[in-house]
Amino acid sequence: MSDYVKMWKDLGMDLEAHDNLCQVLPTAVGDVFLTQENRPKAMDFWDMVISEVHGIRPAELIEAQKEGRKVFGTFCVYVPDEVVVAANGIVTGLCGGSQFWVPDGEAVLPKNTCPLVKASVGARLGKTCPFFRIADVYVGETTCDGKKKAYEILGEDVDMYVMDVPQMKREKDILKWKEEIKDFAAKVEEVTGNKITPEKLSEAIKLINEKRKAMQRVYDARKSKCLPISGRDALLMTQISFFDDPARCAQMCNKLADELEQRIKDGVSVVPEGTKRILVTGTPLAVPNWKLHNIIETSGAAVVCEEMCTGTRYFENLVDETKTTLDEQYMALSERYMKTNCACFTPNTGRIDDILRLAKEYQVDGVIDCSLKFCCLYDTEKYSVSRALKEAGIPVLSLETDYADTDAEQLRTRIGAFVEMLNEK
Amino acid sequence: MSFFIGIDIGSTCAKTIVMDEKQQIVKRFLQPTGYSSVETAKNIKEMLAKEGIDVEKEKVVATGYGRVSVPYADKSVTEISCHGKGACILHGKEDLLIIDIGGQDTKIIEVQGGGVTDFLMNDKCSAGTGRFLEVMANTLAVDPADLCVMAKEGGNTTISSLCTVFAESEVISLIGRGESRENIAYAVLDSIASKVASQAGHISPGGKTVVLTGGLCEYEYLKTMLGQKLHATVESKPDGRYAGAIGAASVAWGMK
Repeated sequence: MSDYVKMWKDLGMDLEAHDNLCQVLPTAVGDVFLTQENRPKAMDFWDMVISEVHGIRPAELIEAQKEGRKVFGTFCVYVPDEVVVAANGIVTGLCGGSQFWVPDGEAVLPKNTCPLVKASVGARLGKTCPFFRIADVYVGETTCDGKKKAYEILGEDVDMYVMDVPQMKREKDILKWKEEIKDFAAKVEEVTGNKITPEKLSEAIKLINEKRKAMQRVYDARKSKCLPISGRDALLMTQISFFDDPARCAQMCNKLADELEQRIKDGVSVVPEGTKRILVTGTPLAVPNWKLHNIIETSGAAVVCEEMCTGTRYFENLVDETKTTLDEQYMALSERYMKTNCACFTPNTGRIDDILRLAKEYQVDGVIDCSLKFCCLYDTEKYSVSRALKEAGIPVLSLETDYADTDAEQLRTRIGAFVEMLNEK
Repeated sequence: MSFFIGIDIGSTCAKTIVMDEKQQIVKRFLQPTGYSSVETAKNIKEMLAKEGIDVEKEKVVATGYGRVSVPYADKSVTEISCHGKGACILHGKEDLLIIDIGGQDTKIIEVQGGGVTDFLMNDKCSAGTGRFLEVMANTLAVDPADLCVMAKEGGNTTISSLCTVFAESEVISLIGRGESRENIAYAVLDSIASKVASQAGHISPGGKTVVLTGGLCEYEYLKTMLGQKLHATVESKPDGRYAGAIGAASVAWGMK
């Protein structure tokens, strides 16, 4: 990633600290991804993007900014990309997924804060991530207490806009979210200097829907008993989709899906027949957090689906494309986004329904419910998740972990025992 | 004559079980794991050689946290599966709720029809483990077995810290306050039993026999306290600390 030194310097990054991150990433990518056999050819694209994750896309974003476009950094699948795209803005994900950023986050946050929040704050304050430097505006949301308070701290350093996500899903909450989207649109217009018209929003809705459909196609291929792609590769695709240009993302995902569908026809699987199929559910796995998938897939099982923000919650459900006025379109957006089942809502029985449905669709043998440490919401929901799965006769393993590698062996024992248990069934 | 060997390298002790063709235990060895589990595995090999058993010729299954350090093992299996199998063999039953208190972790394993159906392990904390007991016994200048005998005579004292380091300071202040050794010993066992029982509470015994395995399985008063907290009778066998190694040996036996 050495060609980008000038760009990083211009972004005001801490080059010395950033070098440490750049040194460990290639080893991690090599260990987790390149050791796999029989990978789909189309993964070359994501291998290239991840190998220069702090170079290629940041350079594109800077070029776009030179043309006057604005970059919005987001932390949650509830923030509607369509609104930003309609105003010719660009959305980039900002969630931190590396232990590397945690100490800088802990400098200002309590230690018992979720690692995703700590890493995200650390990436900004430590000046070690180009995406966090490039974004003109950060768009937060009130999905958890840790984030809400962290946004106050980030707001001292960067233009921070926070959307108020409802906590329930009643009719009035869907109306409230529509109003929030409308207010956000006004902010986007102010930042970009561009007017959002029904025509532009309609185009944006179609564009993002196409991206969702393409990602769904890749996931649909994972439903096959002949598994054409590893969980690690699929996860990488999903993680990068938060950063990529939506049109290119759709194009690349469709290309990958073409190859996967052909593989299924040809009977090409990445795992031996009978390999146990795992659905992973819980908190998001932000890039470069591959720990869980890597342990599962080197313990003799395969991950076939993620019921996560970095998974089905990101692309399931489409926005109604038939609406023609802004008011109707904002309502259509609200209705789609409010279908996403996050543990921050109460009650959240929709997530249980999703897990049971996905377990069936993806023909899974077992579920691993994993939450990041100190995520009270997903941790508490494990109780009802595991009860529902047990009632349905689906084995479940509940785990809690963070970004550090210190518990890798303990996780390996638990996951290994779970796979042995599935193999004996 | 073929032998089937199970080696369970735990954080504190390494357990070796040798079974014959009839799946009967013919030899058992126990030794401290020490600094290096690789060294331990080598010692076990030499020890078996002295008994006329060549590990390279027999089926060997390794388990426990040091399972990857046994180069001559034909297979490594997690301690969860091995404890499940071992406890079933020891108790001659196929439906059990197993509580294994090990050196660095405590496992709750549910077995139905001879197969593991659910399990829990403590996280990165040594509360409710053998290590916790060992540290407290050290502080009281007794050995763990004596601590358990003493505890029976004590009562009315509690330790509230779950962190081993903080709990040790608590014990030291209890000593300073002039609390009797018996009462402190009681408090230590009560703390372990409470922690283990709350962990086990996530899996209901549902009429299954509750058994205690691991290094503490012979401590009668710990079984009594656990039983009180779980509202069940806790059973154990003299070979309970070999449960993992017995399970591993039976896996080796199954490979014949």
